[in-house]
Amino acid sequence: MSNIDTTVPTTVAPWRPRGSGGSGKGIRAGEGRAGWLFVSPMVIVLGVFLLVPIIMAIWVSTLEWNGQGSPFAGGAKFVGLHNYQSLLVTDGLARKDFMLSLRNTFYYVMFVVPLQTALALFLAVVVNQRYLKGRSFFRTAFYFPSVTSSVAITIVFLFLFQNSGAINKLLSFVGIKGPQWFADPRGLFQVAADKLGLVDIASPPVGLTGNGVLGLTWWDWISGPSVALMAVVFLVVWTTAGTFMLMFLAALQDIPVEVEEAALLDGVGAWQKFRYVTLPQLRPVLFLVLTLGLIGTWQVFDQVYLLGGGNPAKTTLTPAYLSYRTGFNDFNYGNGAAIAFMLFIIITALTLLQRYVLRDKDAIAEKRGRRAQLRGAGAR
Amino acid sequence: MSTPAAVTAEATSIAPVVGRRQAGGPRVSKRALGYTLLVVLALVYIVPFAIQIATTFKTDPDATGNPLSLVPNPFTLAAWQRLFAGSTGNYPLYFFNSVFVTVTVTAGRVFFDSLAGYALSRLQFRGRGALFNAVLAVMAVPGVVLLIPKFLVLKQVGMYDHYSGMIIPLMVDAAGVFIMKQFFDSVSISIEEAARIDGAGVFRTFWSVVLPMARPALITLTILSFQGSWNEFTYFLIATQSEAKQTLILALARLSSGQLGSGTQFPLRLAAALFATIPVALVFFAFQRHFVRGANEGGVKG
Repeated sequence: MSNIDTTVPTTVAPWRPRGSGGSGKGIRAGEGRAGWLFVSPMVIVLGVFLLVPIIMAIWVSTLEWNGQGSPFAGGAKFVGLHNYQSLLVTDGLARKDFMLSLRNTFYYVMFVVPLQTALALFLAVVVNQRYLKGRSFFRTAFYFPSVTSSVAITIVFLFLFQNSGAINKLLSFVGIKGPQWFADPRGLFQVAADKLGLVDIASPPVGLTGNGVLGLTWWDWISGPSVALMAVVFLVVWTTAGTFMLMFLAALQDIPVEVEEAALLDGVGAWQKFRYVTLPQLRPVLFLVLTLGLIGTWQVFDQVYLLGGGNPAKTTLTPAYLSYRTGFNDFNYGNGAAIAFMLFIIITALTLLQRYVLRDKDAIAEKRGRRAQLRGAGAR
Repeated sequence: MSTPAAVTAEATSIAPVVGRRQAGGPRVSKRALGYTLLVVLALVYIVPFAIQIATTFKTDPDATGNPLSLVPNPFTLAAWQRLFAGSTGNYPLYFFNSVFVTVTVTAGRVFFDSLAGYALSRLQFRGRGALFNAVLAVMAVPGVVLLIPKFLVLKQVGMYDHYSGMIIPLMVDAAGVFIMKQFFDSVSISIEEAARIDGAGVFRTFWSVVLPMARPALITLTILSFQGSWNEFTYFLIATQSEAKQTLILALARLSSGQLGSGTQFPLRLAAALFATIPVALVFFAFQRHFVRGANEGGVKG
């Protein structure tokens, strides 16, 4: 391929970007028009169904609008920042629900991201072992849940985590009486404190239940994820680890064999080899997986919908679902859009973090590439 | 090769061999441990699906009474018969809707994404750089925050609860355009140039020269689109209302939400879930390689 390129050097130069915009001659004639024609379906679809909604979202979030009539033709009342106020400042149900959803999602992210990253890395390392027979079988088994519908998977887990379901049956074999999982609203940290004898979960300390901030008591804030939410955590970790495993696997296969062999010759143990040789090489992918995980987990919606919209006791309520419910069930589209916009800000902050990390990764890859070139030049 | 060189090469290669032999004992047990671990992990990933399949052939009391058992006792097709009998919903219609929407969306994406990706990669036109940056920016906006305004737009243009509203907005996706642009960036342009010099127009060159060359990327895109639109849930949730427009996934979600804890009808629900999973599973097992590639490409720019 590349030596064909060099045989026609004269035509290569004009193909550089930033040209004269279609007024060129010869084989580039008519490209300006063709270019816009080629992208026009994309421009129309993404423009009307993605760009316009983004702008509209901001506009609607400043309205009090119940879905009747058009939000542009006087069917809705402009209320400025009132919707945001009711979420952040005004004491009431709207703020309480929003804060609950933020609390739930915070704990959810706190558990899902480290667990799915660790599991994905572990699966990748195990599958990557060179002596292993049937590698592709195991890779397929671990990856398969990632490609199936989250709705279908959630239904399977609803069955497995029933009160008298498969999980509790398994637990009973080792003498553990499993909780009611999807029906159990108790906070994990509350249960742990109760088990340790620090507090009595039936009558929590008044110091924590009496006071609070932003509409929730301290007891509610420090609850941790509910047992029901933990079941969602297990479900999501189990489902998504496969995708991230593939990313780790690709990176592991990029590590030169000589590096690991050199470590083995030096007589280091398997754990030390992993900790001091493999892991540092995986750092860019590790950061990538962590940030992708952060962005994805804040958007959790499907599982919440299937649990009946925040059951039990609103402990699985998330901002994405709350936004949907406020708009489509409570017909308070303005408030729903405001919740969505706040979620957007949270996720954008995390995306910027991802951009930053990705740039870092590119720089590292570039450095590695340059080193490889030098090595190649030295060998010659 | 001179003899001394061969000798030294042999000498250096002996050491690791000896080392390997010495470590033979522990390595075998380590290998056994590794396999055991893998098998346990694989069971964690396979057994849920096995239980799902077995439960679809169970009676309701058997499903709740023996949730772990992989052998239906008694074996019954009742759940599957009920699924297609129409009492819980018109599943043949939902299946048709899913197939229709998935096929048209996939066809649209493959064609329009590659058109746009090609233009952004190869054709020179004013505003190309800005347009590409806009695509990247739009790609970064998470879908769940746009549910309300998307619903609004559909209402305004009269596409709410119509097939057109389910299909057209999904027919171009920024991620697919990005994948195609990356692909065309990596391919040599000399063949197209030859075609252009021979007098072929831009579209003709694209259609008969470029697209056939882009087969691997097109297959990846087809599979990603198929999987994505078949499994799509939130968008169809806000774009449709009537029963006649339900997709399988949507019907499945409506069947299950709200009836939590009732513990009944699990064979039916799991059968519906399995029914909705089978097409993607078939495509997955047939085109695994491409799924793997797609996952890594999609991951680079989540």
